[in-house]
Amino acid sequence: MDFGFLTQPAFSGGGTYFDWVLSGIKWTMLVSVCAWIIAFTIGSVLGVMRTTKLRWLYVPAAAYVELFRNIPLLVQMFIWYFVIPEIVPKALGTWMKQGMPMPEFWSAVLALGFYTASRVAEQVRSGIQSIPAGQTQAALATGLTMPQVYRHLLLPMGYRIVIPPLTSEFLTIFKNSSVALTIGVLELTAQARTISEYTFRTFEIFTLATIVYVLITMAVTVLMQFVETRVRVPGYVGTGK
Amino acid sequence: MLRIHHLVAAIAAASLFSVPVHAQELTGTLKKIKDTGVIKVGHRDASVPFSYLDDKQRPIGYGMDICMKIVDRVRTELKMPKLKVEFVPVTSQTRIPILTGGNIDMECGSTTNSVERQKQVAFAPTYFMTGTKIIVKKSSGIKGYDDLKGKTVVFTQGTTNERAMKAYNDEKKLGINFIPAKDHAESFLAVETGRAVAFPMDDILLYGLKAGARNPDDYEVIGEFLSDDPYAIMLRRDDPAFKKLVDDTVIGIYKSGEINKLYTKWFQSKIPPKGINLNFPMSDGLKAAIKNPNDTGVGPCGRMKC
Amino acid sequence: MFSGFDFDVIQRTLPYLWQGMLFSLGLTLLAMLGGIVLGTLLALMRLSGNRAISLPAAAYVNLLRSTPLILVIFWFYFLVPIAVKQFTGNPYASGIGPFYSALIAFTLFEAAYYCEIIRAGIQSVPAGQVHAAQALGLNYPQATLLVVLPQAFRNMVPILLTQGIILFQDTSLVYVVGLTDFMGAASKVAQRDGRLVEMYLFAALVYFILCFSASYFVKRLQLRITPPR
Repeated sequence: MDFGFLTQPAFSGGGTYFDWVLSGIKWTMLVSVCAWIIAFTIGSVLGVMRTTKLRWLYVPAAAYVELFRNIPLLVQMFIWYFVIPEIVPKALGTWMKQGMPMPEFWSAVLALGFYTASRVAEQVRSGIQSIPAGQTQAALATGLTMPQVYRHLLLPMGYRIVIPPLTSEFLTIFKNSSVALTIGVLELTAQARTISEYTFRTFEIFTLATIVYVLITMAVTVLMQFVETRVRVPGYVGTGK
Repeated sequence: MLRIHHLVAAIAAASLFSVPVHAQELTGTLKKIKDTGVIKVGHRDASVPFSYLDDKQRPIGYGMDICMKIVDRVRTELKMPKLKVEFVPVTSQTRIPILTGGNIDMECGSTTNSVERQKQVAFAPTYFMTGTKIIVKKSSGIKGYDDLKGKTVVFTQGTTNERAMKAYNDEKKLGINFIPAKDHAESFLAVETGRAVAFPMDDILLYGLKAGARNPDDYEVIGEFLSDDPYAIMLRRDDPAFKKLVDDTVIGIYKSGEINKLYTKWFQSKIPPKGINLNFPMSDGLKAAIKNPNDTGVGPCGRMKC
Repeated sequence: MFSGFDFDVIQRTLPYLWQGMLFSLGLTLLAMLGGIVLGTLLALMRLSGNRAISLPAAAYVNLLRSTPLILVIFWFYFLVPIAVKQFTGNPYASGIGPFYSALIAFTLFEAAYYCEIIRAGIQSVPAGQVHAAQALGLNYPQATLLVVLPQAFRNMVPILLTQGIILFQDTSLVYVVGLTDFMGAASKVAQRDGRLVEMYLFAALVYFILCFSASYFVKRLQLRITPPR
C-alpha cells in the first residue's frame, strides 16, 4: 500500500487529495451532528408521547414511528430531495431548489434526522417503560402530578437507561450519513469513491475511509462511556452489570 | 493505426515455430467465454442512442448493435451457436471496475477513449466522435461558459466531461458550484427541475436527452467544444486475441459500409422508445475515424492545459 | 396537488418493477440465510474461551459494525473481483457477477449484526442447560447444536426476522452501484421518463406496505412464541 498519492495536488480545486478526504470528514460530521439534533429532539418528544395514556398523544406518535421506520432511508432521502420540492407550492419549490443554499445538504439532514427520530423514539419509549410501574405509583402517591412524575422521575431515569442504545443510534447516524452521497453530498464515502476514480488507488483510499469510520466509532464509544459513568445513579442503573 | 496489430502479428509469427497450427489454444476473454458459455455485455441506462433502455427496459442502441455483431463473431469463431448473452447495467462510475473485475467482457456505451483509462483498460477502434458542450434551459439566459460564473452545474460522476468542465472552471476561475449525479438521466433531470442551470456532456448525448425531454424546445445545447471525445467499446487490457477479434469485427463493419446503415438507423431515423429522430449527420471526425480505424486516446483535461 | 402527474407510468412499467422486486427479495432471503449461518459461527467464536478464536471474531464484528453499508458495498463490488483474480492467479477469472458481489457484501455485513443478536440469544440460555447437557454426557458440539442453539433460536426468531426487514430495506442501497433491484428499477424509470414524484412515492408506498405487514406479523409471532414465564 502506498498512500503517497494523498499529498499529490488534486485534479481540481487547488488542494491535495488529502484535502478532499478532510472535506469528506467535515461533511460526514456536519450531516450527522445536524441530523442528530433533529432526531434527538423529535425522537424524545415522540418517545415520551408514546408512554402517556392519552390517546391523542400516543396514536400520532406511533403512526410517525411506523411510517418512518418502514421506508428505506434511501427512499426517504429521495423523497425529501426530489419529491417534496415538486409537490409544494411552486414558488417554495423553486426556492428549495435554487434559492436555498446547499439543498442537497439540508435534504440529507432532514431525511436522516426524521428517519432516526423514529428509532430514537422507540429507545426512549422502551427506556421509560422499563422503569417499574411501582415507582410511578409511589411518586403519584406522594402527591406529584403526572407532569411532575415525568419531570422528576421518568425522564431523568429513562434517559440514563437509554444512554447505551442511544449511543448506538448516534453511531448509526454516522454510518447512515453515507446515504447522503446518493443525493450529491460529498461526504467521506463519496470522496473516497471520487478519489479512487481519479487516482485508481481504490484499495488505499477505501482502507483510509474505513479507518476514519472506525476511529469515529471508537471516539464516540469512549466519550459516551465517560458520560454514562458520570450520570450513573448509585446502586441502580448500570451499576448492577 | 492499430499498433497492437503489429504486435499480434509478431506474436503469431513467433508462435508458428513452437505451436502446431491446429492446436490454437484460447486465451483470456475468449477462453473465459468458451469455458463459461456466456458472454457478458455491459450496457448503459441512458446513453441515447448508443446504449439505453427501451420501453421494455431492454438495452438497445448504436453501440449495442455493434456489440451484437461482435457477439455473432464470437459465436462463429468459438463454434458456439448457443452462446448465451448476459446484459449487465453499468454506470459511468462502475464501468471500469466492473470490466477489469471480470463481471463484463466488454462495455458498449458512450465511453471516451482516454490516455488515462488506457492504463486500466483497452479500447476498440473509435466508433463515434463527439466532445463536451453544455445543455441549458433557453429561459436561463446562459449563452456561453462564462455565464456560468457562480452558478450551479450538475455533472455525471466518472465522466471525462466532468474533468473538462472542472479544468475550464479552474482556468477561468468561474467559481462554479458543482453537484454530482449518478447517470446522465439524473443529471439532465437536475437541469429540468431547475436544480442546476447547466449540464456538461458530450454533445450527441445532450441532443439525445433534449429530444427525449417532455418539452424539447425548452432546452438548447450551447458552447464551443471543451473537449474531444472519441467513443469506443471498452475491453480488458492485455488480451490481444479478444481485442483482435473485436477490432476485426468493427473494422469489417467500417470496410463493408454497413456502418452507414447503422449510423442512419440510430442518428438519422426515428428511434425507440418515443420515435424521436436526432437528425445528426455524420461528422468529419467520424468519417476520418471510419476511413482510418484507430484506438488513439485523448488527454485528461479536454482542450484545457493541465 | 398532483395535477400534471402521470401515475400510469407505474402500470406501464410494472413487469420491470416486479423483476426488480424479485431481485430485492432474493438478495434479502439469501443474505439473511448466509448472514445467520455465518453470524452463528461468529457468535460461537466470540463466546469461545480461547482468545485466539474470540478476538478475531470480535475484531471482524466491530470492524463491520463501524463501517457504513455503502462503503462495504463499494469494497466488495470493486475489490472482490480483483481479489479473486489475485487469489486464483488467473487474470481473466470469470467475474462473480453483480448479484453475487452484492450477495457477498450483504452476507458478510449482516453476519456481524446477526452475530450480536445470536450471541445475546445464546447467553440468554440458562447455564444450567449446558451443565445438564454435559452431565448427560454430551460433548461441546452436541450440547451446542442440540441444547443451546435450539433454545436460543426459539427466543431469537422475532429479532432475527426484524433484522431481516431492516436488511430488506438496506438492499435498496445497491442503487449506488447501478444494480436493478426494486428501487433501482423505480429510479431508472423515474429518470428515463422524468417521473420522479410518481415513482418515488410509489416505491415508498410499496416498501411501507411490505415492511409494515412484515413487522406486524413478527409482532404477532413474538406474542405467540414467547415462552410462558
